[in-house]
Amino acid sequence: MPTVNMNVNGEAVSGEVEARTLLVQFLREQLRLTGTHVGCDTSQCGACVVHVNGVSAKSCTMLAVQCEGADVTTIEGLADGDTLHPMQEAFRDNHGLQCGFCTPGMIMSALDLANRNSAPSEQQVRDWLEGNICRCTGYHNIVKSIMAGARAMAAGQGG
Amino acid sequence: MPKDGIGASVKRKEDYRFITGQGAYTDDIDRPGQAWAVFVRSPHAHARIASVDTGAAAAMPGVVKILTGADYAADGLGGLPCGWQVTGKDGPMVEPPHPPLAADRVRHVGDQVAVVIANSAAEARDAAEAVAVEYEPLAAAASIDAALSPGAPQVHDEAPGNLCYDWELGDKADVDGAFAGAHHVTRIELVNNRLVPNAMEPRAAVAEYDRATREYTLYTTSQNPHVIRLLMGAFVLQLPEHRLRVVAPDVGGGFGSKIFHYAEEAILTWAAGKVARPIKWTAERAESFVTDAHGRDHVTVAELALDADGRFLGLKVDTKANMGAYLSTFAPCVPTYLYATLLAGQYTTPKIWCGVQAVFTHTVPVDAYRGAGRPEATFVVERIVETAAHEMGIDPAELRRRNFVPSDAFPYQTPVALVYDSGDYEGTLAAALADADYDGFAARRAEAESRGKLRGIGLSAYIEACGIAPSAVVGSLGARAGLYECGEVRVHPTGSVTFFTGTHSHGQGHETTFAQIIAERLGVDIDAVEVVHGDTSKIPFGMGTYGSRSLAVGGSALARALDKVETKAKRIAAHLMEASEADIEFADGQFTVAGTDRSVGFGDVALTAYVPHNYPIEELEPGLDETAYYDPANFTFPAGCHVCEVEIDPDTGAVEIVNFAASDDFGNVINPMIVEGQVHGGIVQGVGQALLEGCVYGDDGQLATGSYMDYTMPRADDVPSFTVSTRTTPCPHNPLGAKGCGEAGAIAAPAAVMNAVHDALGSRGVSRIDMPATPARVWQALNA
Repeated sequence: MPTVNMNVNGEAVSGEVEARTLLVQFLREQLRLTGTHVGCDTSQCGACVVHVNGVSAKSCTMLAVQCEGADVTTIEGLADGDTLHPMQEAFRDNHGLQCGFCTPGMIMSALDLANRNSAPSEQQVRDWLEGNICRCTGYHNIVKSIMAGARAMAAGQGG
Repeated sequence: MPKDGIGASVKRKEDYRFITGQGAYTDDIDRPGQAWAVFVRSPHAHARIASVDTGAAAAMPGVVKILTGADYAADGLGGLPCGWQVTGKDGPMVEPPHPPLAADRVRHVGDQVAVVIANSAAEARDAAEAVAVEYEPLAAAASIDAALSPGAPQVHDEAPGNLCYDWELGDKADVDGAFAGAHHVTRIELVNNRLVPNAMEPRAAVAEYDRATREYTLYTTSQNPHVIRLLMGAFVLQLPEHRLRVVAPDVGGGFGSKIFHYAEEAILTWAAGKVARPIKWTAERAESFVTDAHGRDHVTVAELALDADGRFLGLKVDTKANMGAYLSTFAPCVPTYLYATLLAGQYTTPKIWCGVQAVFTHTVPVDAYRGAGRPEATFVVERIVETAAHEMGIDPAELRRRNFVPSDAFPYQTPVALVYDSGDYEGTLAAALADADYDGFAARRAEAESRGKLRGIGLSAYIEACGIAPSAVVGSLGARAGLYECGEVRVHPTGSVTFFTGTHSHGQGHETTFAQIIAERLGVDIDAVEVVHGDTSKIPFGMGTYGSRSLAVGGSALARALDKVETKAKRIAAHLMEASEADIEFADGQFTVAGTDRSVGFGDVALTAYVPHNYPIEELEPGLDETAYYDPANFTFPAGCHVCEVEIDPDTGAVEIVNFAASDDFGNVINPMIVEGQVHGGIVQGVGQALLEGCVYGDDGQLATGSYMDYTMPRADDVPSFTVSTRTTPCPHNPLGAKGCGEAGAIAAPAAVMNAVHDALGSRGVSRIDMPATPARVWQALNA
C-alpha cells in the first residue's frame, strides 16, 4: 500500500493507505480526526470541507494520496488552545448551529470566504454556501454568523 | 432572576464541542476489535427471493460472517413491531409481519436481504457485492393510485386491495346536513408530497456483546434510546432490558426519522452476539434515501361549506395516505390521530368529517416527519380557507378573523376530539400581518407587475397538538406505549447539579434550556449544571424527543423533580436554622426563615444532605437526588400565523420568496434565541416541501430522487432571512406554561408559501399547482 505524508493541523503525519482511500477516510479513520463529517456520497453536502493548502476542499472528493506533501487544516486545527477562532466564536454567538453535524464544514467553508472577502454581503454568503447543506438552521443564523465572523477576523487583523 | 435563567438567550453550552470538532456522533465511535457491516439490499421494488448464495462472498478477504433472512428466521426471533394500532371502520388495521432481513420476498428497493461483516468497511462492501441473490421480479404498486387500482400487485397477502385500514372521524351524514344549507362550497384536491427527512447525519449503529457480563450495548442514531431498547429487547431480539444498554450519543438531526426502530439496529445487535466482536454500520446517503422512513404522501379531496357571511358551516376531508411497504413504528397514527383531529384549525367550524384510507405500496415505509400529520392537516385547512376567501371575494385575513376561536373561548372543545388549552389567534395574525406589511402589498404587487413579475402573498394560520401526550388518551386511541417523561435531578455534595432526562437533544439545545430552568429554580450558576441524555444506563427511563414534547413534557418532569428537591432541601434548611419547615422561603439560592435575616445557602444544604452530621436522620433520608415522571394532562396547542410573499418570473417559472414573517405562540419561552432558531429551521423545511423537495418513484418502484443530485434540498441561496416573533398565552396545564416550538415552521410554511404562489398565479388563470412548485411546474401551468 502507498504511504502518504502530509501536514495536518501543523503536524507532520504519514500513513499507509489504499490507493482508493479518500482524504476524509484518512483523516477520520487513521488520524481519528472525527470532526470532519461525511453527510452524503455525491459531494453535495459539504460536511467534509477542510482546507488543503489554505483553500477549502471537500475531503470526500480527494484521494489521500493526492494530498502528498500538502498542508491540511481541519476543524480541530482552528482554535489556539482554549482560544477559539473568531469564526468559531461567531457561530456560537449567533446560534449558527443546532445539531452540529454540518458545522465543521460550514466553518471551514466560511473561513475560505472570509479570507477572500472580509466583508461579504448576505447574498454573497448565501451564494458561497451553495456547496454546504444544513437541515437544522434554515441558514438564517449561519449567514449571520459568517458575516459576523468575517467582520471579527478583519477587525482582528486590523488591530 | 439569575442572568442565565428562564427567558434569557443564553449561548448554548453544547456548542463548544461542536464548533471545535469534538462532537461524538455514532460514526465517530470505534470500539476495540470492531468489524464493519454492509447490508445487501434489494434492487427491486417487489420480488421473490429464489436463492441467496453467500459462498463466493464468504471466501473474500476479511469477511467475518454473512447472515441472511434464513439465518434470522432459524433463530426464531421477532419482526419489527408497530407501536400504534389504529382501528378502522372494519376493525383493527392490517398489521403484516416486518422481518428485519427478508427471507422470501422483498417489498421495496432497499429492503435488506443479508448483512456482510468484515474486518474493514471496504472489505465488507466488496464482499456484499459478491453475495449472489437470485430474484424473481414481480410487478410493483409504487403509488397510492396504483395500489388501489383493481388488480393491483399485492404488497401483503394479509392486506387485500393493499388497504391497511379505512378509518373515519365524525358523522358524515351530520356534516352532509351542514353542507345542504350552505351559501357556498369550496372544493379542492391536493397532493401532500412525499418527503425524505434527510437529517445531515446518516443513520449509524455500533453494537457489541460482552461475554463476561452477557450485556449488549448498542450505540445508535436515535431520538429515543429507551424506546429502542424496549422495542428491540422485548419484541425483536427477546433480550431483557437489564442486559441491553442503548446509547444515542450526539445525533446529527432527526426530524422524526430517528424515532423509529430500524432493522439495522436489531441485526447489528444480533450479529454482535454471534461474532462476539463490536460491529459498526454507517449508512451511505444513497442508503438513507431508501431506508429512512419517509414523510407525508397524502392525496386529499376537501370541501368547505360557508354561509353568506363566510362563516364555516362544515368541512369534509377524504384522504388516502401511503404507508409504504411495511408499518414503521408510529406510522398508523400519523394520518389519523395526528391529522384528522387538527382539521378544525384555529376555527369554530362546527361540523367536520374526515375519512382516511391507509394504503400499502412497494415503497419505503412512511412515518412521522417534522410535524407528522399536523402539516398535512394545516395544508388542507389553510389552502381551502384561502381558496374560499378568493372565491367569495373576502380578504383572506378577514375570512380567518370571522371564523377564529375567540380568545375568551378557551378551553375550547373542537368537533374533532381535541380541547384547545389557550391561544390568541387574532393576536398572532395581527402581529404577522404587521411584520409582513400586509397593507402595503397592493403597491408592491403593482411595482412588481411593472417589472413583468407576478407577486403573491399567502397566509397560514396554523395550529398543532404538541406536548405528546396524555398516556390514557393515546392508549384509548391505540398507542402501545405511555407518553410521559422522566427526569432525575441529582444534586451533588458541593451543590453542582446533574440532570438526567429521558428526552434526547439532537440539535434542540436541551443541555442549555434545561440548565436554565435549573439555574433559575435552584439559584446555581448555569456552569454548575450538566444535562445528561441518551444513555439507558444513566437515565432512569424516557420516551424521547418528538412531537415538540421535550420542554412541555420533559421540562415538566424536570419542574416536578425540582419541586421535590426544593421540598426536601427546605426540610434540611429548617433543621439547620432550627425553624419550622413552613417558615422557610427559598429564592435566589438562599433558604430564609420568613421575616428574619437568618438564611442558609443551597450549597450548604446540599453538603448537609450528603454529610448528615447535623441532620434530622430519624425522619429524613440523606442525599438530594429526586426523580419525577410527568404524564401530561392534555396536549399543548402552539399556534400562530405565517405570512409569505413571493415573486414569480413568468419567463422561467422561478419562485422567489421575497419576505416571510412568522408570529408564533409557544407558551412561555425559556431561551428565545433557541426558539427562533427552531422556527427558522422549520420554515425552511416547509419551504423545501413547497418549492423544492419531493420523492419521485417510477411505476416500477425505483426511486428516481435517491441522492442530493436529484432530491432538491433547500440551500442557503433558496431562502431569505426571516422575521420571527412570539406572542405568549401560557399553557395552563403544565408547570412551565410551555407549549413547544420544534415543528411550527414545518407545519405552517407550506400553506403560506403555496397560498402566495396561488395568489401570484391567480391573475393568470392558474387554479391548481401541486407541491413542489418547481420552476418547471410553474412555467408549465402558466403556459398550459
